[in-house]
Amino acid sequence: MLAYIGYGALWLAFVLSLYAIGAAVYGALNNRFEWVESARRAAVLTWPMLLLTAGSIIALLVTNQFQVEYVASVTSRAMPMYLKITALWGGQAGSLVFWSLLMTTFGSAVMLRSWERDREFLPWVIVVTMVTLAFFIGLNLFVENPFARLWATMDGQVIKAVFQPQGAMPFTPRDGNGLNPLLRHPGMIAHPPMLYAGFVAFVIPYAFAMAALITNRTDARWIRLTRRWSLAAWLFLSLGLILGMRWSYDVLGWGGYWGWDPVEVSALLPWLTGTAFLHSVMIQEKEGLLKHWNMVLIILTYALVIFGTFLTRSGVLSSVHAFAQSAIGPLFFAFIGITFALSLFLLMRRWQDLKSDLRIESLLSREALFTFNNMIFVGVTLVAFWGVIFPILSELVTGQKVTVGPPFYEKATGPLFGLLLLLMGIAPLSAWGYASAKRLGKLLLVPAAFAVVTVAALLVAGIRSLWALVGFGLVAFVGYIVAEEFVRGVRARMRRGESLPVAAYRLIVRNRRRYGGYIVHLGVILMALGIIGTHFFASETQATIPEGGKITLGRYAMTYDALQQFFAPDGRHVARAIVTVYKDGQPVAEVHPRRDFYLDSQQPMTIPGVRSTWLDDFYVILVDWQPISVEGATFKVYHQPLVGWIWIGGLVFIVGTLVAVWPEPDPEERTTARKKPARTRRGRPLPRSARA
Amino acid sequence: MNKRQLWYALGLVVVLVLALGAFPGVTAHAADPTPTPVITDDQVNAVAHTLYCPVCENTPLDVCGTQACAQWRELIRQQLQQGWTVEQIQQYFVDNYGARVLAAPPRKGFWWLAYVVPPLIILAGLYILYRSLKQWYHPRQATTEAAAPRADAAAPAEDGAQDEYLRRMEEELHRRS
Amino acid sequence: MSENETLPEANPAPGKKKVSWGAIVVWGGLLALLVIVGLMLNRTQKGGIAIGETVPADLEMTAFDGSTYRMGDLRGKVVLINFWASWCTTCKDEAAALEQAWQMEQPKGEVVFLGLDYVDTEPDAKAYLERFDVSYPNGPDKATRWAQVFHLRGVPETYIVDREGRLVYKKIGPFRDLDEIMTALQLALEK
Repeated sequence: MLAYIGYGALWLAFVLSLYAIGAAVYGALNNRFEWVESARRAAVLTWPMLLLTAGSIIALLVTNQFQVEYVASVTSRAMPMYLKITALWGGQAGSLVFWSLLMTTFGSAVMLRSWERDREFLPWVIVVTMVTLAFFIGLNLFVENPFARLWATMDGQVIKAVFQPQGAMPFTPRDGNGLNPLLRHPGMIAHPPMLYAGFVAFVIPYAFAMAALITNRTDARWIRLTRRWSLAAWLFLSLGLILGMRWSYDVLGWGGYWGWDPVEVSALLPWLTGTAFLHSVMIQEKEGLLKHWNMVLIILTYALVIFGTFLTRSGVLSSVHAFAQSAIGPLFFAFIGITFALSLFLLMRRWQDLKSDLRIESLLSREALFTFNNMIFVGVTLVAFWGVIFPILSELVTGQKVTVGPPFYEKATGPLFGLLLLLMGIAPLSAWGYASAKRLGKLLLVPAAFAVVTVAALLVAGIRSLWALVGFGLVAFVGYIVAEEFVRGVRARMRRGESLPVAAYRLIVRNRRRYGGYIVHLGVILMALGIIGTHFFASETQATIPEGGKITLGRYAMTYDALQQFFAPDGRHVARAIVTVYKDGQPVAEVHPRRDFYLDSQQPMTIPGVRSTWLDDFYVILVDWQPISVEGATFKVYHQPLVGWIWIGGLVFIVGTLVAVWPEPDPEERTTARKKPARTRRGRPLPRSARA
Repeated sequence: MNKRQLWYALGLVVVLVLALGAFPGVTAHAADPTPTPVITDDQVNAVAHTLYCPVCENTPLDVCGTQACAQWRELIRQQLQQGWTVEQIQQYFVDNYGARVLAAPPRKGFWWLAYVVPPLIILAGLYILYRSLKQWYHPRQATTEAAAPRADAAAPAEDGAQDEYLRRMEEELHRRS
Repeated sequence: MSENETLPEANPAPGKKKVSWGAIVVWGGLLALLVIVGLMLNRTQKGGIAIGETVPADLEMTAFDGSTYRMGDLRGKVVLINFWASWCTTCKDEAAALEQAWQMEQPKGEVVFLGLDYVDTEPDAKAYLERFDVSYPNGPDKATRWAQVFHLRGVPETYIVDREGRLVYKKIGPFRDLDEIMTALQLALEK
């Protein structure tokens, strides 16, 4: 029953989205706004429908309705309640519904805003969001139906179908297969939704960009309207990536946090173009320039979002993250091809109108540095994209699978990331329009000296790795500049009589975007610290020791005190070692590395025991154990210097993005919408002279 | 002993010290005639780290937890015991399990493309940058400066970045409110 | 700036020509990408060799005992190709039944069994063969050549090739029992 309600709601959402597309196009072409208004309402209505759909899936999941194929494939009786709920995105069909739900949530939120000033955008924003939504709902309806039930046919086969096939009997398995053990970690509750939310939210700026192209309203209005959306999308995506790293570190038991797995990389790709976009829109907002470049970036971001989703779901890529092989590949393929080609076509049609004459007066001006930053981001994107696509190419041409792993990515993108870090330091000091080398040099002198001193100190401390020194030098350089920006701003305010906390608070709140951005930069620097630390200075060792035995690694040591084995109520067999960690001979912590064996899916999971400080982590993995033997157990231990800074930096990064994204009244709305007719402010033909 | 001989002797000593001191690893593994040296887990992991598990998806062999991977690590241990070099072991894995066991494609034939394209992308990027800059770059001249004073960045107050900074900030605050 | 530029490149370099090279590059690149992904998708969707298609004649296996078997040389006989590995748990379920089937078919001389050991280590593989008393030829799938031709998804998988070298049967996962194997072989023999 519940399944039919959900299925019906899904169909209704599909029909509503198709109607919205049709009505919006008709209304726009015939200038009949009541049709567009009707389309808007239909688009908003898709939200309750999908909420109902997702709700009924969750209801099916938590009540163990194993006659539903999806429920049987991702849950089992032994699973705790919260995992049954999160199983909504644990499998192909459910996660597609979840994708659609997010899409319609964001879409409806946009529909509900005030459209008076931007009426001409509305129909096309509806079309883009609803086409994307209809596509994803269509995948659910016609290929991956979450409500398909299991039926036993006359000849003893079990098939799946929504309605009872001729002569078949309902079939209910005793228990489900259970969720993939990799997904049974609390970190997985948040990681996929954040990533999806980031992906989906980028559809909104893309929709506005397409609307701007179609209506030929080529000023920066679409960018201003979607600035917060882009930032929110970026926030979710960053959060998803950071949570993914943390999850990988905590659960996958390999001592690392980023493996350059093709699926990881394909989630990073839209983040890269999105980051470039966030920077380059500032140029368009400030100078009215680089309009086509922003279009290119947002189209690329959208295409990469869909492409990344496609790669993980079509079975083309194999990866720990990939869903099982599926028939949705060809549909996705067609969708990507059509949307990408259409976007490009629209962009080319408006190429002339988007032309703006960027004048770079100094190679050190802010717009010049932003241009370099954009080039590098797109360069990293292309190189990483090549790394993702190359195994596919190799299999096609040579018939042999290859792996493109860390050695490739680190060499190809490492120096580019270093350059980005450098630019991150210089750009805030340079001015818009004109920056002389002399002035900039003066400003850079102290940070550069600080970096040199840092490197010298590290040399004295015994660090000899060239690239690590370069990395630390860059971190010191950029860190000094970012810190100086804050200090100068606060001092300037304090000179006007504000106290320190008030000055600091006002500095950030009065210019959220700028200082939010600096906080994000600070987060990046801290993360860089952790990445350099783990990349260049991590050490590891492995040994088999008896109970009471000891493994030494640098200044750390661990003893193997005991092993406990038991069955957990949620269907795991757990082997848990009790390990004492020593630093400089003193016991500092007790950790419990363990091996979980999931009985329903017959898969092992290795959960590390970690002792973290702000300086380093001591990370213990239980590799193997002999139950009744003097040989004892095999442990692998890692020393990970500075790894904690990745998480601290991640947090700072997110806080900075939140500061930048926090709602404040649209200055344009405030200053112009009420007082002046809107026309005067927008469509400025010559923004440069207009501002002069 | 004349000066030249002294130099020769010194050179010989240096070479010997280098040979003994710098390559203890080589002497211990490859040239060691004793039949079965003890291979530690760390040595096995160092080799396994350069390889990917042939049946899992994108999991390095040293961190893979399945029974199959344990078997392969045991194989590496035996090969190390027999005095194989890392390259020989990698080659064995490629011959038996396919090129996908390497962390990056081997540098031969079609696979060179993997390494050639990224530099090409960067070169193309530099070219585009060059072309764009040629079009966009207009060094500021005294006349244009006077003709088109810029609102925010003009009048580069070369004296005291502090004041200029404060001015910039004030102005941004003004524009916001 | 002249306004007759139509370069839809990522960066608007000035193009004086009417034919826009940027447009050609962009569309060409998009097309190439779509072709690559499309071909790959096709390959993934299709799976390896379809029923009725001919198995490449140059596939060769060197058994653990050193003898070699080439698909082309086995024309005229029905060939059962079984992929397995010593680390695979479900392979053990069908090992005994496969050996039984071989014992029944071997005297007639019409069927050849080939056991292909998929990414495995030799000592473990040999121990496995000994444990299950496997007597038909088995050898490693060198560089996963066979697996790639058949688009192996996992082990065990079994393929039966008829006398003309055409694939007539495929089984993903282990056989239930001896009957299932014999029925499948009968299908190929009657062709």
